[in-house]
Amino acid sequence: MPASVIADGLRRIGAGTRRAVTRLGFAARFTFAVLGHSVEGLRRIRLTLREIYFAGALSLVIILVSGLFVGMVLALQGYDILQRYGASESLGVMVALSLLRELGPVVAGLLFASRAGSAITAEIGLMKATDQLSAMEMMAVDPLARVVAPRFWGGVISMPLLAALFSTLGVYGAYLVGVKLIGLDAGAFWGNMQAGVDFREDVVNGIIKSVVFGLIVSLIAVFEGYDAAPTAEGVSSATTRTVVGSSLSILAADFVLTVFMFRGVGV
Amino acid sequence: MTLSRPVRPSASFDRSHTTAIELDNVTFGYDRTRQVLSGITMSVPRGQVVAIMGGSGCGKTTILRLIGGQLRPSEGRVVVAGRSVPDLDRDGLYALRREIGMLFQFGALFTDMTVFENIAFPLREHTDLSDQMIRDLVLMKLNAVGLRGAAGLVPSALSGGMARRVALARAIALDPMLALYDEPFAGLDPISLGIVGQLIRKLNDALGITSVIVTHDVYESLKIVDYLYFVSAGRIIAQGTPDEVRASTDPFVRQFVDGEADGPVPFHVGAPPLAEEFAVHAG
Repeated sequence: MPASVIADGLRRIGAGTRRAVTRLGFAARFTFAVLGHSVEGLRRIRLTLREIYFAGALSLVIILVSGLFVGMVLALQGYDILQRYGASESLGVMVALSLLRELGPVVAGLLFASRAGSAITAEIGLMKATDQLSAMEMMAVDPLARVVAPRFWGGVISMPLLAALFSTLGVYGAYLVGVKLIGLDAGAFWGNMQAGVDFREDVVNGIIKSVVFGLIVSLIAVFEGYDAAPTAEGVSSATTRTVVGSSLSILAADFVLTVFMFRGVGV
Repeated sequence: MTLSRPVRPSASFDRSHTTAIELDNVTFGYDRTRQVLSGITMSVPRGQVVAIMGGSGCGKTTILRLIGGQLRPSEGRVVVAGRSVPDLDRDGLYALRREIGMLFQFGALFTDMTVFENIAFPLREHTDLSDQMIRDLVLMKLNAVGLRGAAGLVPSALSGGMARRVALARAIALDPMLALYDEPFAGLDPISLGIVGQLIRKLNDALGITSVIVTHDVYESLKIVDYLYFVSAGRIIAQGTPDEVRASTDPFVRQFVDGEADGPVPFHVGAPPLAEEFAVHAG
């Protein structure tokens, strides 16, 4: 292999590494800057409430419908497996634990990244591409405080609420299938669930997961929007990066959190 | 775009300074290999309308960004109202920007707000005025640009000319000492173009502000400005009053004013001779 080809390859690796490190450094500084502007942003609570509406309330349909169907499918699959071992009465607790511990935060997080995260990135990216952020800067208004911080906190606050609703609708979907369709005893369904679900161990840990996922998705979404190349292609790429990056980060973070939270499972 | 810490705008600027803007031997480049401006020296007296003209990509908008402190020069001085812009801290820079109204190339109106809210935006951000007072001020600004009746519309419902006029009203919402216009005539029909041009002149005189217009529209500019600078490849290559420009024999000015395709600015950009390109040899 000629030396020039090797040198060219090394140069590309070096340039790529340098770009990645620079971007990582900018992302870290961006995170601190957003947190630094958060007090200022949260003081104008109306801006954050507006973003909770856009990120949270407008995501309700996809979250509620998905939660209902996931719960119903879980009940069908769960009943099929549990009845082989004569444990079909445990359907309620199985569905509840699956939703509260894992599926609620994770699937709601993935849906949130696709619906709200992509919208946040596209909106901020387009504001940048159409000089709206520059115009704000030239009006002595900091876009980090006025645009970025409210969207970030709107996402962080919305995510646990959406995950809770997802799990609630999932449990209700399982009830419809298990009790109303299959004919399990309602008392056993709810009673076993109440006995088998621990508030601290299951519910709180699920909430912690959804808060962490909310932080991850919101931060990636606002960063990608703010850092997007100010062109149609740049905004499009940034939106894709938000969905892919958020989804992979949620799955990776879920594994790490599960290891720390549920040590009793043998890890 | 830069990252910053939270700020509280503080000191105000001397509006009575006789020279509103001064650029002294300013050089700027995004990196060492790409020089955008070289040795730019210009002076804008208070109360005047000055145009910076040149072809696309010659560095005109960069000059506006240097004046507004969005960019810092590699060398040279940028002085606004007697104060050096690159030396201002974040608070000082924001105080300066509250004294500047800027119109962006395509208006840069906030698309999630109505026309009314767009103009009220700087008032709400920087003043403690009552809603009634803000309403009156916004309607006065809209009246000045002839769009009081469009207060309730959203930007997407406006024509290009109307959007530019709304952006103009927003630029003067805080009664700035300095107005910067980035390509205010781009993409406008002849009627809108004339309206925007006249508004820039009238508002400048009525409000006692100083205006800098970055444009390549030579005919409209000659009608309304007091002085013109011609920029090419990052350098000022000609300047003068509208009468001096009309009478100029400078080849670049003539090519620009007369709209000639070829001249000091070549028609073919950075290409080798045609014969060489197609490997055609004599004989």
